[in-house]
Amino acid sequence: MKRAAIVALAALFAVTLIVLLLDLPAPAVDLPAAVGARMADSGVAHPVTAVLLNFRGYDTLLEIGVLLLALIVVLAVAPREGVAALPRADPVLQTLARVAVPLMLLAGVYLLWAGAFRPGGAFQAGAVLAAAAVLLHLAGLAPAWNAPGKRLRVGLAAGFLVFLGVAAALLAQGTLLQFPPAWAGALILLVEAALTVSLALILAGLFLFLS
Amino acid sequence: MSAGFAFDLLLAAALLWSAWRTLATPDIFRAVILFIVFGLLMTLVWARLAAPDIALAEAAIGAGLTGALLLDAIGVLRGRKKT
Repeated sequence: MKRAAIVALAALFAVTLIVLLLDLPAPAVDLPAAVGARMADSGVAHPVTAVLLNFRGYDTLLEIGVLLLALIVVLAVAPREGVAALPRADPVLQTLARVAVPLMLLAGVYLLWAGAFRPGGAFQAGAVLAAAAVLLHLAGLAPAWNAPGKRLRVGLAAGFLVFLGVAAALLAQGTLLQFPPAWAGALILLVEAALTVSLALILAGLFLFLS
Repeated sequence: MSAGFAFDLLLAAALLWSAWRTLATPDIFRAVILFIVFGLLMTLVWARLAAPDIALAEAAIGAGLTGALLLDAIGVLRGRKKT
């Protein structure tokens, strides 16, 4: 009886939600048109990258800051002895990792480069690179380390610091993160490259330090 | 009924089914595998909705990294149970 009532309520909720979603009012601001009108100033040819890195770069800056903060918390609570190397996995997984990881590196760099004019970008590229690192770790091919060294720490923070540096340099002209159109393409590529490295290390670190 | 519409219907049904099975299955390992399947179906849905950027992120982070993390968590939980 109770169960039937819950199922009925859930079904009613779902139907209400669907009806409401089908009847959404038109948005008050036509964002796609606004983005399309300024695409020439953005320095890239793909609208999603233009929004993420240029028009709403502030959001992306805070996002990478939050991810870095999450990793610092993980480092603070993770056990002190660092990451141990797993024993070598069976030959099939090892061979797969050896074949797949170079291709994943290639795909990651391609995604970073392609972000300027088609779907792709730093987050996707970073996720692919992080997956490659996790695969190496699970196959037992990645070395162990005791504690994150100086180079790893710099790599983890590079994306945030480079983005912050670019933002601070641009602050001299009076507005936050407003790229001058002539420089926008190069600056976005610089920021995205640093973001890719940091995101790959942070995502892989969230995995490796927790496991 | 066009082939695209039939595919969408099939995709929506498979998505709902895999979501339900993920929540309802008692075996935790099977639940994680079903979650990965759900993530891959979700990738197809984003691609069908003409949102390739989100599809890429979903495939890499939702299905790939989260799936691996959950599988690893199961391994740790099982190891703890034995000792």
